[in-house]
Amino acid sequence: MSTDNERERDEEAANLPEKQGRERLAAPVRRTGMFGATTTGDTSGFGGLQVRGSAPAHSQRPFTDPDDPRTADFDRVADDLEAALGEDAGAVERVEAARGELTFHVRREALLELVRVLRDDPSLRYELCTGVAGVHFPDDAGRELHAVYHFRSLTHNSEIRVTTTCPDADPHVPSIVSVYPTNDWHEREAWDFFGLVFDGHPALTRIQMPDDWHGHPQRKDYPLGGIPVEYRGATVPPPDERRSYQ
Amino acid sequence: MTVTEDYIDASGGDWDDVIEKAQATSAERLVVNMGPQHPSTHGVLRLILTLDGETCTEARVGIGYLHTGIEKNLEYRTWTQGTTFVTRMDYLTPLFNETAYCLAVENLLDITDRVPERANVIRVMMMELNRMASHFVAMATFGMELGATTVMTNGFREREMILDIFELVTGLRMNHAYIRPGGVSQDLPPGTVGKVRELLKEMPKRIGTMRKLLDENPVYLARTRDVAHLSLSGCMALGITGPLLRASGLAWDLRKAKPYCGYEDYEFDVPVSDGGDVYARYRVRMAEMEESLKIVEQCLDRLRPGPVMIKDAKIGWPAKLALGPDGLGNSPDHIAHIMSGSMEALIHHFKLVTEGFRVPAGQAYAAVESAKGELGCYAVSDGGTRPYRVHFRDPSFTHLQAVAAMCEGGTVADVIAAVASIDPVMGGVDR
Amino acid sequence: MGLEEKLPNGVVLTTVEQVVGLARKSSMWPATFGLACCAIEMMSVGGPHYDLARFGMEKFGATPRQADLMIVAGRVSQKMAPVLRQIYDQMPEPKWVIAMGVCASSGGMFNNYAIVQGVDHIVPVDMYLPGCPPRPEMLLDAVLKLHDKVQNTKLGAHREQEITENEERMLRRSLPLVSKD
Repeated sequence: MSTDNERERDEEAANLPEKQGRERLAAPVRRTGMFGATTTGDTSGFGGLQVRGSAPAHSQRPFTDPDDPRTADFDRVADDLEAALGEDAGAVERVEAARGELTFHVRREALLELVRVLRDDPSLRYELCTGVAGVHFPDDAGRELHAVYHFRSLTHNSEIRVTTTCPDADPHVPSIVSVYPTNDWHEREAWDFFGLVFDGHPALTRIQMPDDWHGHPQRKDYPLGGIPVEYRGATVPPPDERRSYQ
Repeated sequence: MTVTEDYIDASGGDWDDVIEKAQATSAERLVVNMGPQHPSTHGVLRLILTLDGETCTEARVGIGYLHTGIEKNLEYRTWTQGTTFVTRMDYLTPLFNETAYCLAVENLLDITDRVPERANVIRVMMMELNRMASHFVAMATFGMELGATTVMTNGFREREMILDIFELVTGLRMNHAYIRPGGVSQDLPPGTVGKVRELLKEMPKRIGTMRKLLDENPVYLARTRDVAHLSLSGCMALGITGPLLRASGLAWDLRKAKPYCGYEDYEFDVPVSDGGDVYARYRVRMAEMEESLKIVEQCLDRLRPGPVMIKDAKIGWPAKLALGPDGLGNSPDHIAHIMSGSMEALIHHFKLVTEGFRVPAGQAYAAVESAKGELGCYAVSDGGTRPYRVHFRDPSFTHLQAVAAMCEGGTVADVIAAVASIDPVMGGVDR
Repeated sequence: MGLEEKLPNGVVLTTVEQVVGLARKSSMWPATFGLACCAIEMMSVGGPHYDLARFGMEKFGATPRQADLMIVAGRVSQKMAPVLRQIYDQMPEPKWVIAMGVCASSGGMFNNYAIVQGVDHIVPVDMYLPGCPPRPEMLLDAVLKLHDKVQNTKLGAHREQEITENEERMLRRSLPLVSKD
């Protein structure tokens, strides 16, 4: 097993420039042209410029960086999680260790089982869930909606992030209220703002917006919704329609 | 207790209908709607209570009456302008909101270690003063909701002292936008240290007065002892942190567990109580204020001259602010420099102020121990000059879920004490 | 001149309007409508440092039925708007409204889906108070200005005439700041 891993790593090292190039091109295009003008207004000569966003990050072992004390227990946590999951270790699609934070990207089908392990396994013991945050990436085809959870272990004083995704066409994610009751309102909020359906939630209703509100206001395809403000005959447009610098 | 199937709905509508129904049926249960506009609900909180006589059998909470869309608004502003918005979330702990947000942005920029020492000391000092101000309002509103007006007037009087310092340092009594990514917006003005020392001398007396008034007060004890009990396991399941968790017996404090802004260098204790009731929460808050005084004192001793904003010209605000005849603005030196000295400096100033700095793509979560509990900020950047998404994990929002656990089975009068002991601030709950 | 000269000492003549105005302004009972940051400053005004009791207004009523001034202190969300209107409708006439802070006056910095862009979309406002949040002194100033307005409010036929004149003046008013093309 280990020799296979090593060989893979060697091959990847040999093809590093190619791999980096692939990743670069896989990143979504955020903007074209120099000034973001869509008409012929761009005379800068940079009309064909393509500014790319960031490619999905994928960290390799070891996750612990000896120079960074924040990452001290990353390898231990990853090992323990792998051991605790056993056969289900495939549930973790990729691991990201960046900026002193450890992120596990998890398939949504396996989320509930994974958080149960996170809470109950003695070597992990993430007792506290600090809620779920929805994030909407309209350009990330097939994984538009992200649900981001942060867990904190008071026993081991450790903190991790778990991310799961679902497509816009099928916005279903399992609810983890049965494991972490504190997520009740957090999941209702994510449903309210992003339209994420948490299967198994006891009462998934709107929480912040009025019950009869249409749409999920914090998605990227929902306008900021400002109405123009009139002031002595002049009109102040809503912020998303004012001129902005990109 | 016998619970009948029928109930009388008194949550809106005509009183005549309610009376008619009460006379016609033998229903004992009454559904009462309390709030969102009610003097004892700490702002625009709505409680839907099912009462069986005096006993509250079901307590449900309705929120969202102060939803402001701040998280969405942030996405249309630069990273620096973000502090102006987040400070208005939980308006009693503005400096904690700003710090949580700035720590997340600094982590994204990878400049956490390069924030100047003096800026960190100022941040800690301001946060601890803010903790005291917030706890004073918690006591004051608690007193007011129980009908003790003296507690309310005293609490607000004490808070006023702290606000004077805030006004001196930031220019505003509330909603400061003082802490910025990379440091703080400006240095302490002359006279601050003296004023804080005055406060340090006066405040222990004021806290002593408050303790004398409440610690052994029989009326207060009767309203708070063994009321709204919440055990440690209940706290953990409901994700409760801060003074509520410490009043249930666990000495968990992010300032000790995951120090930020140099908290590891300060000496202070984490007050704990194992009462788990309203009175224990009061005692913990009181003791925390005394610890905050200790930290503020150490901050004054640690203040060394130096910059308060990161050296990196790509992030730090280019201007030095100075007080002119028309209020606070760019210093005359800086204006002379950009208007007649250096064209590049002018361009740089213009770009940084209008466009803002770029933040590398990625995500970061920063948590601080606010006066109410763990205040977390999750920030996502797509590499641009504006946040892609910012989400706040507000402690008040999480804690309000405990209302059902605290109130059901108690009397309706204890509901008020329970909600007030959570110290929710609706601006933070609804954001 | 006339009647005054024949009056004994210690008698002052005035109009019914002035007497009514004095009575109304001297014991105004505000209904608490604290919403957000401004509510804290409103409570500070009630506290000992600023002491609203000096103007006979310390009785912040919890019930709208016994109130004649509504201080809308803070941002009004779409969800809160119907509640606010209901409270206003429950207040007896005559009643006045202060929009405290920019959020209540115009939506302020929160020009988004959640916030009503000025409470005057829902209830008539007598006094707009800028600031984010306004200082307690500013609220006191607004209260005094409102007192002045209440003191000088006309009654009956005079009031109707005043309203008509005001409306005509508004219609004739040109907008000095911007052209309306």
